Amino acid sequence: MTDVPSFLTHKAGDYVAVAVRDVSRGPAEVGYLDGADSVTVDVNAEIPLGHKVALRDITAGEDVIEYGVRTAIASADIKKGDYVHVHNVRSARWQNSVA
Amino acid sequence: MAEQRRLTGYRRSNGAVGTRNHVAILPVDDLSNAAAEGVASLIPGTLALPHAFGRLQFGDDLELTFRTLIGIGSNPNIAAVVVIGVEPNWTARVVEGIAKTGKPVEGMWLEGFGDLSIVERASRVAKQFLQDASELTREPVERSEIILTTKDGESDTTTGLGSCRITAYLSDRWVDAGGTMIFGETSELTGGEHLIAERCVSDEVRARFQGFYDDYIDMIESSGANLLGSQPTQGNIAGGLSTIEEKALGNIVKTGTKPIVGALAPAEAPTVPGLHFMDTSSAAAECVTLMAAGGGVVNLFPTGQGNPIGNPVQPVVKISANPKTVASMRDHIDVDCSGLLTEGRSVEEQGEILIDIVERTINGRLTAAELLGHREFTLTKLYRSA
Repeated sequence: MTDVPSFLTHKAGDYVAVAVRDVSRGPAEVGYLDGADSVTVDVNAEIPLGHKVALRDITAGEDVIEYGVRTAIASADIKKGDYVHVHNVRSARWQNSVA
Repeated sequence: MAEQRRLTGYRRSNGAVGTRNHVAILPVDDLSNAAAEGVASLIPGTLALPHAFGRLQFGDDLELTFRTLIGIGSNPNIAAVVVIGVEPNWTARVVEGIAKTGKPVEGMWLEGFGDLSIVERASRVAKQFLQDASELTREPVERSEIILTTKDGESDTTTGLGSCRITAYLSDRWVDAGGTMIFGETSELTGGEHLIAERCVSDEVRARFQGFYDDYIDMIESSGANLLGSQPTQGNIAGGLSTIEEKALGNIVKTGTKPIVGALAPAEAPTVPGLHFMDTSSAAAECVTLMAAGGGVVNLFPTGQGNPIGNPVQPVVKISANPKTVASMRDHIDVDCSGLLTEGRSVEEQGEILIDIVERTINGRLTAAELLGHREFTLTKLYRSA
């Protein structure tokens, strides 16, 4: 189906969205589970199924919001459209991150 | 919504309802595994439950082993139990605990007799128990009589987006019908533990939950080990989860929206219906075993990357929304809800499919894990034995 978004995210205001298929570089649609209007993000990298894209710029040290709560801290500067994973975010609670 | 299915189960003498009708051969300790397995091989259809511990334990660790063994023997999925220990005293304690349910239970010990004599005696008892159990029949039961449990494993981002959401859909409806749901995985609430605390119905339940959570985290931190090598797991990270908090938030989705009416110790049985937290490890076999000891008769198991776990006592229903996993691990998956992600399917539609499969499982349909022979029975050890 062509009308199904490439990414899903939980709540309006979340900083990241999850790929629901392997996504290539370029513009991609992001759907919201809470019913917020979908948006388009210009993806800067190949993002595998289940992995995340940034929906906004995030500065190193800033909280990363997902599910409407903090799920990570940025460990490097992240640009909108970047691939987000253990290379640029870490746990806020358990500090010695695997990254 | 479809008309509600007629549910059936085995109503035990204490009123508890089971979905299976096993005769268990339960060793008190590792030394008695061989005899228990000997009985099960002589009397096909009985269920040996070998495990690794039960000797020289002490304090809280010993109490948890007793509570787990007694809870497993008391589980309503078990019709009758032969308990075999190496010596009479601890054997008697397990037998007396199970006997409170009113179900048939008999204990024997190896010292002074040896394996072969005990296997012969125990097999005669097991044969009779199995024949008696074979005459028990399913009766109509209600959702309110069924204790469900839930645990997820090899999580990835698809669990929070998919399989945990339909588990939540079922959990909310089960609780609305007066039924019971137990979740756990104490350390995997990290980052969202405040959300669980907020949903506790009373200050007393909240304080008990917070105590369990704080003690667990203190235990981890006081070890000095870097848990981040194992949480998130390599499988979690491969699936796209980046931090323990992200894993926890997905995990918490499956608990639904209902108030939390109880905070249970490991292997403790709930005394009122509703949604309960149980203090457990997040290791699948340990967690599901503790929940079976607490009386769970079917477990709902959302998985991302495909965790093959089963349990000998409570059937485990495997649910996945990951389109790759439902293809590559299809033999292990009972409910494929990947359409939530790839086809825009609704939670209500996929949730009703889950309810259908869970209710058929209650009625006797075998799960993938049962069919594949997954019977992971794993006691939780709190510290070294003396």
